[in-house]
Amino acid sequence: MTAIENPKTYKWVGTRPIRHDGYDKVVGKARFAADLNLPSQLHAAYLRSPHAHANIVSIDTSRAEAMPGVKAVVTGGDFPALDITDPNHDVSINVLARGTVLYHGHAIAAVAATTKAEAQAAAAAIEVEYELLPFVLGIDEAMADGAPLANEQNYQKFIGPSDPSNIATHTPLERGDADAAMVAADIVIDREFDCAHVHQGYIEPHACVVDTGADGKANVWASSQGHFMVRAITAAVLGWETSRIKVTPAEIGGGFGGKTTVYLEPVAARLSEKAGRPVKLVMSREEVLRSSGPAPGAKLRIKIGATSDGELTAIDGWMAYQVGAYGDFAGMVGAMSVASYKFPNLKLESWGVLSNTPKTAAYRAPSAPHAAFAIESVIDDIASELGMDPIELRLKNAAVEGDLTAMGMPHPRIGLVECLEALKASDHYQSEPAEGAARGVAVGFWFNIGEQSSATVNLNEDGTATVITGSPDIGGSRASMALMAAEELGIDVYSITPVVADTEAVGFTDVTEGSRATFATGKAVVEACRELKVELCRRAAQTMGVDEAEVEWVDGAAVSSSHGGEPLTLAAITAQAKRTGGPLTATASLNAAGAGPSFAVHCADVKVDEETGQTAIIRYTAVQDAGTAIHPSYVEGQMQGGSVQGIGWALNEEYIFSSDGVLMNPGFLDYRIPVASDLPMIETIIVEVPNPSHPYGVRGVGETGIVPPMATIGNAIKAATGVRMSSLPMSPPKVLKALGDAR
Amino acid sequence: MEYAAPTTVDEARTLLTDNPGSRVFAGATDVVPQMRSGRPEPSVLIDLKRIDRLMSVAHDNGHWTIGAAMPTSELTSNGEFASVFPGISEGAGWIGSDQIQNRSSLGGNLCNGSPAADSVPAMIASEARAVIAGTDGERTIPVADVVTGPGQLSLADGEFVVEFEIDDPPAHTGDAYIRMTPRTEMDIAIVGAAVRVTMDGDTCTDARVVLGAVAPTAVRVPDAEAALIGSSLNEAALAEVAAAASVAANPINDKRGTIEYRVQVAGVLAKRAAVLAAERARA
Repeated sequence: MTAIENPKTYKWVGTRPIRHDGYDKVVGKARFAADLNLPSQLHAAYLRSPHAHANIVSIDTSRAEAMPGVKAVVTGGDFPALDITDPNHDVSINVLARGTVLYHGHAIAAVAATTKAEAQAAAAAIEVEYELLPFVLGIDEAMADGAPLANEQNYQKFIGPSDPSNIATHTPLERGDADAAMVAADIVIDREFDCAHVHQGYIEPHACVVDTGADGKANVWASSQGHFMVRAITAAVLGWETSRIKVTPAEIGGGFGGKTTVYLEPVAARLSEKAGRPVKLVMSREEVLRSSGPAPGAKLRIKIGATSDGELTAIDGWMAYQVGAYGDFAGMVGAMSVASYKFPNLKLESWGVLSNTPKTAAYRAPSAPHAAFAIESVIDDIASELGMDPIELRLKNAAVEGDLTAMGMPHPRIGLVECLEALKASDHYQSEPAEGAARGVAVGFWFNIGEQSSATVNLNEDGTATVITGSPDIGGSRASMALMAAEELGIDVYSITPVVADTEAVGFTDVTEGSRATFATGKAVVEACRELKVELCRRAAQTMGVDEAEVEWVDGAAVSSSHGGEPLTLAAITAQAKRTGGPLTATASLNAAGAGPSFAVHCADVKVDEETGQTAIIRYTAVQDAGTAIHPSYVEGQMQGGSVQGIGWALNEEYIFSSDGVLMNPGFLDYRIPVASDLPMIETIIVEVPNPSHPYGVRGVGETGIVPPMATIGNAIKAATGVRMSSLPMSPPKVLKALGDAR
Repeated sequence: MEYAAPTTVDEARTLLTDNPGSRVFAGATDVVPQMRSGRPEPSVLIDLKRIDRLMSVAHDNGHWTIGAAMPTSELTSNGEFASVFPGISEGAGWIGSDQIQNRSSLGGNLCNGSPAADSVPAMIASEARAVIAGTDGERTIPVADVVTGPGQLSLADGEFVVEFEIDDPPAHTGDAYIRMTPRTEMDIAIVGAAVRVTMDGDTCTDARVVLGAVAPTAVRVPDAEAALIGSSLNEAALAEVAAAASVAANPINDKRGTIEYRVQVAGVLAKRAAVLAAERARA
């Protein structure tokens, strides 16, 4: 680990205790949403669209309702029609189609029955009459003049009312004069790129159990990245007051952004309401791939100009993201994520484009990986044209504090230069690639976000503490919360019990997204602990009979300079709480600002089999600025996880659609996420440039790691073969064809 | 759907004959996923794993006998077999994962009828025979004649494969199976190539070249075999092998690969398998 300008030494922060939730997960006791079963529970199944785009002329559920075991059937008609301007409009018509199906696999109806098999049989017996509509599947055809509309309800709502079109968003960003700078540049490289849809590939399919009682209230057990989000969207789709719903977070088997929205819960709630029994609804893997939210496919044109000594003078970029048949933020973020280099002149245009494909969802640094694949490839070509070391060229242009992102906001203190220097000094970069291998590097950036978090810390009578938050633990955040609380309170990390509480047991907390849990929720934990320390000192002063101002909290105990006796430990104070003023507890809630951006630099050595087009990753190093690594093992885990998902995205993962818009590879056999034998050990170097906006200097680390791998590997393939790959995935057939074309 | 677990070949034969729509299975590694993906359920699923004869391996009288339902992990961990037929062992060892290997069998891999079945090309290269039980007793046919197209078998109703016979190879013979998959494992071959050669010093005296996953069934490539026989596997001969294999490949475009790619790589793998087989034959 490389520690840079972080002079503080901590007792607990930066150590690697076994995670508090580890035992239950290792022995199989942890309860994921599909593990829960309630007495008299029903099982539900969907009827899904066999067409990419069609009007539903009629739905007849009578035959299904009469089938054995069937207790309830719902269709879109069982839910209120939300206004087109309602922020939950799109999710509500995605949960169950209203009048029109917008992609193959779009849910149309659901059945609850005594068994899953009965529910599936009944769902298949629902009779639907369709009127087929023209559909669009690709970016070029969707953007062409006179293209069929993917969704007739789309009125470019992000850019003002107009006629319906296939444009969801249009985001232009400009500074300086990019055109003039290109003319003046010594070297200009201009390339086109495309990226297939990819899926997050979380191991746990979406699942929930919902029990709607006769009192009109619903208990929801769900796997998600944010149970307050589940509560809000479920209520909105049902047309209910939020207070009618309680959501208990189950353990989550991976989300990566894909569980920041809702598919199942409103449907299960309505089925449960109709049947008067609890309903369990679990997606199959095929449903996850067809009908949850993948990351968009994209097309990009990137042109970069530079001086002959390697100063990047201008970028001109066009990016189009294929977001499904609904508006989605994915189309806006691509251009915004351009932030790694100074670029005095900049002209970017980012489009969100509709097609009759699944509604996209967030996936780890959403939209940034596509943009970085293109930009970092072009920058690599500039370095090789100029004969410059790729790290030197990047160092020369790297953004530092005060430089502007594409959005025009100045960077706070950031660690890109430190990451580049750390890679340069690493054993990997200092060693020659193995025989037959060649090397590529690339940079990645992600904003990170703050948002709202709450934490309650209860000190127990035995001197232990319970730390209660509302952030589902998707990457080891319980351990991070416990470490920060241990550091603040000065007690052993295992004396702390971190709890993720339901929507009625902790203050409102936004989704675990934007790499925000350790930053924002951690900040709330620290604030609550600091409030408790003040109270602990006050109680101690009372017990010691000294002035409160003389008491300090040192190493888990109250110390007074004027009091001659032993320091009063936390356990000694909590044991006396009843006599000194009652329970010791504190809650902090905040809307955190100042999430520090995180940069990463990756380096890969690859070998390309020039007769089969197959790329083998021989060595891989990920360098990333974590601000301060609270639990370094989980920081490394995030860096390695992002790298591996990026390697899959780079080499093999892709949605393959038929000409009818049917996903042809809806399973892990043919949607190829990497297996262990595809990978070397992912080496990690944590850089620590503390974030000034967090008490321990934390920057989110969850997302940045997936941004650099595609360009890193593309650049290594170029170094190995001389051929620039411009299409993801860089699968063996594509590489072999590119090698053949180049000969 | 019913489940039956007979303990003799006769019992299995009777169950299969008496129950229209019934189906035999060994490890169920193909049957269960097929049912889950919506294929009609058989009337009776007849489990062959309780029949000793289908679960054993023997080597006597100049040939090997391998039970059709024996887990491939037992075959690949049989050191003597793997040293004589490294190519067949390699092919069997590529099926699924370690867990699948404890269930998958040569009989199941063949009778699933997939053109991409990993154990089949090397079995054909060693001219393995399938012993088939049916209503009129047993018959023995070349493994190459069992599969007639994707999912299609030459077996009559009521017939099933009991065991395989493979003759001991001549001295200085080696075999090899190489496949192309985008992932290193847990994948299905886009192209597979098995080669068996017999060497006399540096000269190849006998050769069989078989491709998988590039035609409706595994296919032998006589032109590639002719190019090898009499050669020292020099560059010119290997180029001929590659060209002949590419010509023999008659693949489809699908989610797993393109025609263009499969044709090209069929040649590459045939050449590489020939080199590996010859190394083994000389060793």
